[in-house]
Amino acid sequence: MRPTYGTVSRYGVVAFASSLDQVGPVARTVRDCAFLYSVISGKDPCDSTTVDVPPVELPDGIDLKGVRIGVPKEMNETEGIEPGVAAAVQAALAKAEELGAELGECSLPRSVEYGMPCYYLVAPAEASSNLARYDGVRYGLRVEGRDRLEMYEKTRDAGFGDEPKRRIMLGTYALSAGYYEAYYGQAQKVRTLIKREHDEVFERFDLIASPTSPTVAFALGAKTADPIAMYLSDVLTIPSCMAGLPGLNVPCGLSEGLPVGLQLIGPQRSENVLFRVGHALEQSLGFDPVPERLR
Amino acid sequence: MAEWEAVVGLEVHVHLKTRTKMFCRCALEYGAHENTRTCPVCLAFPGALPVPNAKAIEHTIKLGLALECEIAEHAVFARKNYFYPDLPKGYQISQYEKPLCGRGRFLLPTAGGDEEIGIERAHLEEDAAKTVHAGGETGRTIGAEYSLVDFNRGGTPLLEIVSRPDIRSADQALRYLRLLRQTIVELGISDAEMEKGTMRADVNVSVRERGENGFRPRWELKNMNSFTFIGRGIEAAVRQQVAAYEAGKTLEQSTYDYDPDLDRLTVHRSKEEADDYRYFPEPDLVPVDPPRELVERLRGELPKLPAARIRRIAKELSVAAADELVSTGNDHKAQLLAERGVDWQTAANVAMNEPDFLDANAAAIAAIVKARDTLTREAYDGAFAAARSVSIDAAEYLAQIAVSDTGELDPVIESILAANPQQVETYRGGKEGVLGFFVGQVMKETGGKADPKVVNELLREKLKA
Repeated sequence: MRPTYGTVSRYGVVAFASSLDQVGPVARTVRDCAFLYSVISGKDPCDSTTVDVPPVELPDGIDLKGVRIGVPKEMNETEGIEPGVAAAVQAALAKAEELGAELGECSLPRSVEYGMPCYYLVAPAEASSNLARYDGVRYGLRVEGRDRLEMYEKTRDAGFGDEPKRRIMLGTYALSAGYYEAYYGQAQKVRTLIKREHDEVFERFDLIASPTSPTVAFALGAKTADPIAMYLSDVLTIPSCMAGLPGLNVPCGLSEGLPVGLQLIGPQRSENVLFRVGHALEQSLGFDPVPERLR
Repeated sequence: MAEWEAVVGLEVHVHLKTRTKMFCRCALEYGAHENTRTCPVCLAFPGALPVPNAKAIEHTIKLGLALECEIAEHAVFARKNYFYPDLPKGYQISQYEKPLCGRGRFLLPTAGGDEEIGIERAHLEEDAAKTVHAGGETGRTIGAEYSLVDFNRGGTPLLEIVSRPDIRSADQALRYLRLLRQTIVELGISDAEMEKGTMRADVNVSVRERGENGFRPRWELKNMNSFTFIGRGIEAAVRQQVAAYEAGKTLEQSTYDYDPDLDRLTVHRSKEEADDYRYFPEPDLVPVDPPRELVERLRGELPKLPAARIRRIAKELSVAAADELVSTGNDHKAQLLAERGVDWQTAANVAMNEPDFLDANAAAIAAIVKARDTLTREAYDGAFAAARSVSIDAAEYLAQIAVSDTGELDPVIESILAANPQQVETYRGGKEGVLGFFVGQVMKETGGKADPKVVNELLREKLKA
């Protein structure tokens, strides 16, 4: 799960994009996930962006009466979603309805359209600044050079892979004099817009649901040569990330023999609702995390 | 020939007096062994996060209130990105678009009324570490064999006060700096000592023809750390710019170094080479929204400020004298003496020359000052020496009456004049400064017990003959 931004301390975590970085629990069951979250969440005097969280309720039972689930059409009917993925998610939603939840359609047009471009301005900008400290002087890798400047250059060249380098360049550009307003500044405004669009949806729904990723896992290295295709795998998780909202991924079935993730997103600090719904579906769907060939 | 005027703006940086650094809990200790006051936060280890120092925020608001600044309801820290060994994070946490203190003003009392220097902003940031260039022949960056970095200073809370370009002369700049410094010291927020590096200034200078609107490209003199050099640097900049314009040249905005040996400026960096700091809001910190109650509490804690005291004392003395008295922080002692019957002019002189007596000795010192004409030099000096550290009894000193009996002094003076015919001739030749020599001799001869006033009179009389 990715908890609400600010509910888990980032102290000690190597920073990538500070306003998006969030520590989240990964566990075999939703209940374990909730238990772990209850331990790691809460205000930390060493991280001034942290906030107090409501007491964590460990999920129990499968009754979903009264829970209103919104189904954003842009996140469930987008072109890139594989049929197998869509089918598994639809089956999970039908199960939720069976358990008493009310389903309704909603829309997050701007969040889905602008979330990704907005992320690729904010995240690289912050990363370009956060990664400046890895200069080979005080810790970590150092590659010697004729002088200080060459030592920096060689160290950073050897230490960073292609993707961090790409992002450092992109981010440095987006923050440059004359481009800040058009890029980083504009992205921050869009971010506010994305937050507002989600807030409106949460006036009618307790949570929203969609696939976590448009496809099942692709083969290792399949998209390395095409970064844009790789970035698109995140199209459904990024909008809520930009809004600082919590998201819980629950395996809900198979497509082409690979697991499909169901994503549940709630308003800020609604982790308890996500745990309750995630647990109920996990119990009712009977998904076996052990692959067939290994059973 | 056109008449030129200087246009000067000052950026003053002071280290804030706090127990710990701006964003971590490392102690601030001037003179501590190198690199012993450091931690993962101020060394920029991976995963470390800044936590703002509440006291530093309070100090900044206090300064803002003293300079009549608008105090922000919503201030934002920002990252100023640049790459240098003294900056381990690769960025300095500062404030950019939304500083804690916005527009304000600072008033300089003068004989012709108050001069107003606008304040553009005052913001809070962290200082960089200290770089020491070692080896090489010049001891400067260029030619050094290697550089050492002391991270003890890195992360010290730094307050930057930016004036509007309202200053019109080197003299005015110095009066502004001195009074601002005194205000900062009295607010208790910084020692503001240039010699220790707890106060520095960047000086922006341009010139224009009198009556001209708008501003011409400015030269920035960076990291100036003495009042004398600031004054001379401004004058040098004005001189060089006027000479350039009068020779028909155009100038561009650049950074300059002031070379005190040559008394001129040499270009450090042109505008094209200027850094692009890529400012953006610091995502590791939440905005500072100072609560109204805090601001009002701090307002209530403000002492009576120097400018107001200058205006009051200027009713007794000249504005220049009052300014000097207050800017050196000596007006309090003068006030104590004046309240005890010493005339203001004398009280001011005593406070400027002998400001170190304990407040508790004010009454005794006032009595001694009033009787100074009848006291021996020894008694007078002895009283001030003792008054620095212990409680003194005026009667003890007042009993040491100086010899003012001309019958007793006459023979002493006669013999001294007889013993020094050459000096007598010099005096009579018009060099009256020699008088001091004779006074000294008489004092020596009488064991300091002679009344200097009477000795002076007697000497003049006898030397006239």
